[in-house]
Amino acid sequence: MTAEQIIGKSVPRKEGRDKVTGAAQYIDDMTLPGMLYGATVRSQIPRGIIKKISFDPQFDWSEFVIVTAKDIPGKNCIALIGDDQPCLADRNVNHPEEPILLLARADPHLLRKAVDAVSIEYEPLPAIFTVEESEQCSQVIWGADNTFKTFLIAKGDVDSVWVKADYIVEGEYTTGAQEQLYIENNGVIAAFDAAQGVTVWGSLQCPYYVHKALMALCNLPEDKVRVVQMETGGAFGGKEDYPSMIAGHAALLAMKSGRPVKIIYDRLEDMTATTKRHPSRTRHRTAVNKDGKILGGEIEFTIDGGAYATLSSVVLSRGTIHAGGPYYWPSVRIRGKAVATNAPPHGAFRGFGAPQSLFAMERHMDRIAQAVGLSPVEIRRRNFLKPGQTTTTEQTIREEINLGKLLDRALELSDYTSKKKKFTQANESSPIKKGMGIATFLHGAGFTGSGERYLASVVGVEGCTDGTVRVLVSSTEFGQGTNTVLCQIAAEALDLSYADVQIAQPDTNQVPNSGPTVASRTAMVVGNLVRSAAVGVKQTLIAEGILRSSYSPEEFRAACQRYIAKHGQLRSLARYDPPEGVYWDDQKYRGEAYAAFAWAVYIAEVAVDLSTYSARVEDFVALQEVGRVLHPILAKGQIAGGVAQGIGFTLYERVVWQNGRMQNGQMTNYIMPTSADLPDIRVFFEEMGNVHGAYGAKGIGELPMDGPAPAIVNAIEDALGTHFDSIPLLPEDIFDALSKTVSAGGEQ
Amino acid sequence: MTTVMTTGSSEHRGKCELSLTVNGEAKTVRVYPMERLLDVLRHELKLTGTKEGCGEGECGSCSVLINGELVNSCLIPILQAAGSNLTTIEGLAEGPQLSAVQKAFLECGGAQCGICTPGMILASCHLLDKKPEPTLDDIRDGLSGNLCRCTGYIQIFDAVAEAARRRDPA
Amino acid sequence: MRSNPADYKLIAPGKLDAVVTLLAQEPGQWLPIAGGTDLIVQYAAGKLSARKLVSIWNLAELRAIEILPDEIRIGAGCTYTRLREHQVIAREFPMLASAARWTGGIANQNRGTLGGNIVNASPAADSLPALLAYEAELILLSVRGERRVPYLGFHTGYKQMNLAPDELIRAICLRPAFSGYLHYARKVGARNAQAISKVCIAALGRLRDGQRTSEVGGQMGGAIEDVRIAVGSVAPVPLRLTELEQMVRGKSVDSELAQQARKASASAIQPIDDIRSTARYRSAVLGNLVAEFIEQLGIPGSPSGKTA
Repeated sequence: MTAEQIIGKSVPRKEGRDKVTGAAQYIDDMTLPGMLYGATVRSQIPRGIIKKISFDPQFDWSEFVIVTAKDIPGKNCIALIGDDQPCLADRNVNHPEEPILLLARADPHLLRKAVDAVSIEYEPLPAIFTVEESEQCSQVIWGADNTFKTFLIAKGDVDSVWVKADYIVEGEYTTGAQEQLYIENNGVIAAFDAAQGVTVWGSLQCPYYVHKALMALCNLPEDKVRVVQMETGGAFGGKEDYPSMIAGHAALLAMKSGRPVKIIYDRLEDMTATTKRHPSRTRHRTAVNKDGKILGGEIEFTIDGGAYATLSSVVLSRGTIHAGGPYYWPSVRIRGKAVATNAPPHGAFRGFGAPQSLFAMERHMDRIAQAVGLSPVEIRRRNFLKPGQTTTTEQTIREEINLGKLLDRALELSDYTSKKKKFTQANESSPIKKGMGIATFLHGAGFTGSGERYLASVVGVEGCTDGTVRVLVSSTEFGQGTNTVLCQIAAEALDLSYADVQIAQPDTNQVPNSGPTVASRTAMVVGNLVRSAAVGVKQTLIAEGILRSSYSPEEFRAACQRYIAKHGQLRSLARYDPPEGVYWDDQKYRGEAYAAFAWAVYIAEVAVDLSTYSARVEDFVALQEVGRVLHPILAKGQIAGGVAQGIGFTLYERVVWQNGRMQNGQMTNYIMPTSADLPDIRVFFEEMGNVHGAYGAKGIGELPMDGPAPAIVNAIEDALGTHFDSIPLLPEDIFDALSKTVSAGGEQ
Repeated sequence: MTTVMTTGSSEHRGKCELSLTVNGEAKTVRVYPMERLLDVLRHELKLTGTKEGCGEGECGSCSVLINGELVNSCLIPILQAAGSNLTTIEGLAEGPQLSAVQKAFLECGGAQCGICTPGMILASCHLLDKKPEPTLDDIRDGLSGNLCRCTGYIQIFDAVAEAARRRDPA
Repeated sequence: MRSNPADYKLIAPGKLDAVVTLLAQEPGQWLPIAGGTDLIVQYAAGKLSARKLVSIWNLAELRAIEILPDEIRIGAGCTYTRLREHQVIAREFPMLASAARWTGGIANQNRGTLGGNIVNASPAADSLPALLAYEAELILLSVRGERRVPYLGFHTGYKQMNLAPDELIRAICLRPAFSGYLHYARKVGARNAQAISKVCIAALGRLRDGQRTSEVGGQMGGAIEDVRIAVGSVAPVPLRLTELEQMVRGKSVDSELAQQARKASASAIQPIDDIRSTARYRSAVLGNLVAEFIEQLGIPGSPSGKTA
């Protein structure tokens, strides 16, 4: 067993050269002969019935392709988990910007006027916009009671803890919507002919999700739908399910016109019409003893799903399972609920429910600390999960994680103790108040419970005629390093050089379904399958007798070429095999929720300028235990980027809603941090290996989204002594809270 | 600067012929004067390395150099670029040889999804031309008009600092 | 892109007098466009009502910064980058240099012009409070010749100004008369770069010579000899707070005066709730900045003043 040559090294990004030379092909860089451009006519009201659609008679419609719901060959839905979301609204509209009809034309400049020349008469219906309105059911807009999904996690005997408690601590915490704000807007090109069927090229995360949706929409069999992922300029979950919608639209136009059709959103359309992070409300009621130990509690976690179910049940699942944080709960009852409102459906965004419920948990821990009279450090230390203990879903922690030690290391790296002391003193006289805040948390990688088993991912590795090797997965690259890491794994498994391994463009005609590129599963789950498939290639050659068990890259290349010359193809497939003894009960929501957890301690230092009420993160320490770091630069880049998005989520990014429509759908008014706004984000890793992941890796892509918000708000409270339980937390909100404090006579 | 208005077929009514130099090559385009430089680069000249992220001059993905000055090409009517000397991302490498900034971006993790990268690299080149030995504050300021959603900027700063170390003094 | 380029005319006569002649021949028909950092945003959003534009970008006559014996004349076509990098501007009018640094990012600073900022007349424009504080004068140009007006009062209402349909701003004139003053400028935006301001202030102040004190709140406070306080984003136009200036002129600097100034500033402004911020926030923050300015007057600084 030789030392690892490639794993753990920062090899060059596989597609990096194309990216730094402008050669990388994103969907808007592509054109096809005879191509038309498409545009979408959308609802201007949040809820109602379409009474009449009129086309301005003064407008020349002769060269336009027009598609309505009536043109849909298959089922008018975007098939995902449920089928409730229409591809084109037919009679009812349930959110602003809901797509109603489609136009296409060769000259894209003529589309805007055409969209404006379509008038739609509605009979408006009363609409609802908040979780509370949805719960009250004054209007029932979905199902029987506006509820997409509920979950119940019940452990131990919650009802008995209250009498034993020395403290009962309550809190309510809310988070707002967040726009993924990938710098490349959604876009696709679709083409159709009777022989090949529909082909879609696009900016997307999950080619097989789009494939499935198009089959149902276009009424085509599996082999008459082809989806190809182009270079994708950021996704973060925002291109997990939405591409099925835009692909469906382009496909319908292509089918009707017989021409290829490109639809590219501009920023305003992308922001106002596509998915965002689910707004959330979490209520905690916790029984704590005088030593600060959690005896038990109730958690109610509610998310706003927008108008259709889409991914809300899965977001809810993850948020509910993570709601208890990295702590030991002897007893707990967690009720998760996803409800409907008349906003565009909310969807996946890095973290996928966990940032919401973990924000609440970590804010609540500081509140518990205050109630009991312990420090934020001590309250966490006393409640951390230890190996052998069980989580809220009764999953036994089997790895030797030591959260107390992780916390110690983070405290040291951030100089927490001495800074806190310094700030407490300086804050008395300074107009700039400084504070320190901690968040400790976990993030489960891979699909929940039986999810990976259900996905049954398949991966291929094949030999090429030039003797190199190609990885075949539907897992997509969108900046996080899929191409690089999977090639590293294959190269390592085959004892080849990194340059000898390529990865195929995700094309459903060419690659098997390795599952969606979500849930931080690619390195860990798909990577493991790549390793197996690579080993399979090696074993095939060895079994053929043309390769010894120990070989040089040249010998491998020769054997590979020899085999292909003789047999025509050298390909090995690996299918996901659930690990032994992993048990999950979907009914009781109990058992091994995730194959692996990553663990983290994040510490934020903030400064609040009381002349402007703005809070700024001055220093940020992100320490995480992630199994094995496969590629140091990529891993650090993931954490830094995730923390930056977390800082945005907390202090800068507010979606301004009016009647269900986003009002600030431009980069001028939806504020993400610039290079002048972020502190140095200091990233550190602990490595412990992981039984299930490729070369010991655990998923890391979403983990960094969970910690920044509570660490920062905890720090702001430390600086100001005022409770803040809602994000985004803008200077205006800090000002309003401080004014209330003043007018209430200075009470906290 | 004058324009040549052609009175040819109705298809070309309103279009004019404009000349400019792009990455050292003389180019002539027949376009409406109000077409955005960004669109002329991408559609007429087929230089798709320059990207559109926002269309409002906020994200910097469309950054190019006009006569050595960094500008947002989504905000420039092509008529105003006539006669100028443009550098786009395609003009940085010399054949297979990448520029110092491009190499540094590759080695330091400065590019993740890559969509902001062309603009970010040009902004970095522009910064280093003006400040060959930038402080971290100089780098932050020089890149503050280029948004990156993937990196949190940290490894971009690393890349620019590394490029500064490697570049020959002008 | 929500506009059709085919629907627009854009010409570039290349000389200032040709532009001026055109504006006179067809008044109100041609919209001058300089760097385009405001107009092309509107155009791309489908919100530019003008259909005929005349480019005044890169006209030599508009780009110069002339250093004359009694004044500095900044061509209206001068970009923020030039303002930011110009040594005399940085020395004599540091608040204008700061404003240039705070506007957009480098790429927009290379195209945005001072004249454009004035004529676009956003209530949140970054350089306008500095121009008010420095008591700028504008040279306006038409076929009828030049006329010179104080910048104070140039804006008569939201997006309305003392500019005839056939007139251009030719130059902005500033007297270098503020070297003994404290120059205090702050912009409060949603982030540190590329932000539209929620509140901004540009203020100048000087104490009676020899009477500065090192203690704010001390009995022997220096009296305010001269003061100018200009603000943006808190009214339909940028404002000079002349009543506030009158109130503090001649008074000793102490923390009580700072608080009085804070209170008085609130009644002079008309902030609104909008997509970026709230009226109450703007009012409170402006009050804080005014108070901070007054207090800083009481702190010994370098004789040439500084920008906060």
